[in-house]
Amino acid sequence: MESYLDICLKAIFSENLALSFFLGMCTFLAVSKNVKTALGLGGAVIVVMAITIPTNNLIFVFFLKKGALAWINSDLKNVDLSFLGLISYIGVIAAIVQILEMALDKYLPTLYNELGIFLPLITVNCAILGGSLFMVERNYDVVQSLVYGLSAGFGWALAIAALAGIREKLKYSNVPDGLKGLGITFITVGLMALAFMSFGGMF
Amino acid sequence: MKFLRDMLDRIEPHFEEGGKLEKLYPLYEAADTFLYSPASVTRNLTHVRDALDLKRMMIMVVVALLPCVYMAMWNTGYQANAAISAGSSVTAMEGWREVVFASLGFEHDPNSWWANMVLGSLFFLPVYIVCMTVGGIIELIFCIVRKHEINEGFLVTGLLFPLTLPPTIPLWQVALGIGFGVLIGKEVFGGTGKNFLNPALTARAFLYFSYSKEITGNVWTAADGVSGATMLGALAENQDNPAIPFSEIVAKVDGHGVSWFDSFMGWTQGSMGETSTLACLIGAAILIATGIGSWRIMLGVVLGALAVSGIFSLLPGENTALLSLAPHWHLVIGGFAFGTVFMATDPVSASMTGTGKWFYGFLIGGLTILIRCINPGFPEGIMLAILFGNVMAPLIDYFVIKANIKRRMARYEER
Repeated sequence: MESYLDICLKAIFSENLALSFFLGMCTFLAVSKNVKTALGLGGAVIVVMAITIPTNNLIFVFFLKKGALAWINSDLKNVDLSFLGLISYIGVIAAIVQILEMALDKYLPTLYNELGIFLPLITVNCAILGGSLFMVERNYDVVQSLVYGLSAGFGWALAIAALAGIREKLKYSNVPDGLKGLGITFITVGLMALAFMSFGGMF
Repeated sequence: MKFLRDMLDRIEPHFEEGGKLEKLYPLYEAADTFLYSPASVTRNLTHVRDALDLKRMMIMVVVALLPCVYMAMWNTGYQANAAISAGSSVTAMEGWREVVFASLGFEHDPNSWWANMVLGSLFFLPVYIVCMTVGGIIELIFCIVRKHEINEGFLVTGLLFPLTLPPTIPLWQVALGIGFGVLIGKEVFGGTGKNFLNPALTARAFLYFSYSKEITGNVWTAADGVSGATMLGALAENQDNPAIPFSEIVAKVDGHGVSWFDSFMGWTQGSMGETSTLACLIGAAILIATGIGSWRIMLGVVLGALAVSGIFSLLPGENTALLSLAPHWHLVIGGFAFGTVFMATDPVSASMTGTGKWFYGFLIGGLTILIRCINPGFPEGIMLAILFGNVMAPLIDYFVIKANIKRRMARYEER
């Protein structure tokens, strides 16, 4: 059994969702123009992952896993609902994001306006669904899922904040016309991933 | 000297707008300003005028690197000569280097300064020449197409990169590496001062992950048939085996054992320019005296390394030799000194704020030891730690500036 610290460091550094699995690229590239917004989105992703991954873990353990329904009726112990995994995880994520959106609109309207369309887009952010799927694949229990959710979200937030910092600095660069915008961002992300390889195999 | 100036002035019209060789203007400009001060200087008010402009600054870095270059040549030759003269079973080197070496009338004698220097040059200079040629051509093409000037920054990158390579590296890999570093590490962002990663380290990391066999091998002495690991290599090999004590491992390093003083002076195997801590310290003195390298970063890296390795060495229980290695050893082995002095302080990719430099340095130092000690994948950590520091530097600056604004706002509101 992996220790919690192992899970945490692995999720943040060596198996960073953004820079070693390249998940959640659409928001990663689109909302990294300035650090403030990136930190806001990073925070939202941390919250969403910290809630959805343990929730999905409970759903998986008590409803979807083979034999999970045995606690209702022993006749159901051969039922395997894991084929419903994807749709239920997405449903949970969508619901949580919807709630988060309403909460942000009420309490942090500036951040809500800055995030704009990207907040609802978190729903389809593959990093978040990816987090849930990794949780299933690695057989985490509920506390491990919570640790994993928090730290995977933190790793993604760290990566997008670092990218935003670099992009703010690159404003003063003289990038060739053809590469301006997304082109240079892709190259930047590639070089960042090179630097993140320092953690590969460490934890 | 008058003759040189006259000649440059005479051919200048050809390179100016409308001239025959208009497209090659960057080349002319580079030749002119390498030799003489640029004619275009700031004349208006509100400019600080200093003799140390970007060009002189970069040349100072090259000057600061000269002790390392000297050690690179001497030590590469010395290691090879010592190995060849000591081992009866060792066959002499093969290839063109041996032919040139022998035809100049030298023998493999490690006590002869000339023999060491010449043999070392035969390894270092080809690598350096390949770097300058390939990197220079890429730089020149970009300058002509994008109409900016060739910058001395390239001389620094082109000297730093060969110094981080092992002497046995194939030359085509050198060309590939410097090509990647100059192109992707620097020129796509617009040239000197516009990049966010250190180009020399980008080049080395690219080679490291692409051809790790050549760049992490145990046998870096430039002679065939010599076996003996570098200090870090030997320590990393025994990472899973806590039973082997440190003294036993050290005795096997380089085939004959090294002392702390050997490592400090640089009489050990390793990448060409990295072995000598002393040479790096001389370079550090030059960089700090001229204000080019930040002492905050250097001190930060050393403190970070001492802190983390201090904690590791005090860990209770039976630990591997690498984990319990005394902190003062960490400072002299591997590329630690070279990276700290010349790579981490790169003013373009490092943190810009004073407070940020402390954090940036500390992060690099700590991470270096972390990678060395607990990452089984990589024996040396300074290269990747600096790249990671480069990635994090803008974010560190952001938070430092934010904190500063907040503090000053509070002070303002108090009044």
